[in-house]
Amino acid sequence: MKFWEQNKRHTYWNPYFGGAMLGLLMILTFYITGRGLGATGGTKNAIVATVETVAPTYASESAYYKKYYDEDKNPLENWLVFETIGILIGAFLSGAISGRVRFRVQHSPKITVKTRLIFAGIGGLLFGVGSQIARGCTSGAALSGSAVLSLGGFITMIAIFGTAYVVAYFFRKLWI
Amino acid sequence: MGPLTYFEIISPQWNYVIAVLIGIAFGYILEASGFSSSRKLAGVFYGYDFAVIRVFVTAVIVSIIGLLYMGYFGWIDYSVLFVHPTYLYASIIGGIIMGFGFIMGGFCPGTSLTAVAIGKLDGWVFTIGLFIGIFLFSLLFPYVQNLYFGGYLGHVKITDYYGISDGWFTFGFAVVAVVVFYISTLIRRRVKNVRY
Repeated sequence: MKFWEQNKRHTYWNPYFGGAMLGLLMILTFYITGRGLGATGGTKNAIVATVETVAPTYASESAYYKKYYDEDKNPLENWLVFETIGILIGAFLSGAISGRVRFRVQHSPKITVKTRLIFAGIGGLLFGVGSQIARGCTSGAALSGSAVLSLGGFITMIAIFGTAYVVAYFFRKLWI
Repeated sequence: MGPLTYFEIISPQWNYVIAVLIGIAFGYILEASGFSSSRKLAGVFYGYDFAVIRVFVTAVIVSIIGLLYMGYFGWIDYSVLFVHPTYLYASIIGGIIMGFGFIMGGFCPGTSLTAVAIGKLDGWVFTIGLFIGIFLFSLLFPYVQNLYFGGYLGHVKITDYYGISDGWFTFGFAVVAVVVFYISTLIRRRVKNVRY
């Protein structure tokens, strides 16, 4: 039993099966909503909501928040916010079924927990800035964009993966 | 004919219910494919695990082909689908910044959310960083408008931009993908195992 539990924890779907499922979900999402999937949009709306609540005057004047400022509408009432809540539920279900839910920091044995967390934080910050410039992240711009042959989607996909490959050598100590 | 909510075949009241359900499926698929593990994700850049490329490219091909066929069959009005707009400089610069974020953080935003859900603390820190990054961008926004709005080409498809047919482009992309999958298998055999 214990061996089986141990095994299941590291058993993931076949990647081609996972990819096919993700593709079918993408088709379904476009079929129902006319748009693709996203992951940073919900986060952005949470920020907009926070800033509007904490500093309403600033939000109504700032060049950025002005775009989203609407007194009658709560920015959290947004498709992507609900989708993001779904992502958390779905991932928890999958993790729970396979016994992967527990608090821990995953890192290469060659680096400390502290190093891992510092770089995770910097990585998240860069992704936050980059996704706002490119108007979407790996899900919203690269994946959903390419699904309908968007030129920008392909460019962003190549820029993300291309850059990561080019600089991978300099960050190898973090991973291998 | 789809998109269902666009033509109000499904009433807009269902929007948020559908959003949660689609999100659940999205999160489940990502986690089950192993994307809640930063070391598995990073493997694609060092040749010890190619799950990212395999899942991502398979998903792109399945969705391109599926949506094109649905358009041909008249099940979906392809012309009203949201095509991610092309702002040339923003797409490239934003992508480069995200590339650095990927190799340093080991996640992208969607996968970090799945890591958050199963208790990976590095996923939590990444997501907090993500919030800070988006907030930082909002402060920098007045200074980066040239970059943000520059090189606008519209909601253009790659096939329209280069004047090739959707079918031939997709065929070519699929062939390249199969070659990439095959090469990834060869590389995987030569790179020594990394346990994680």
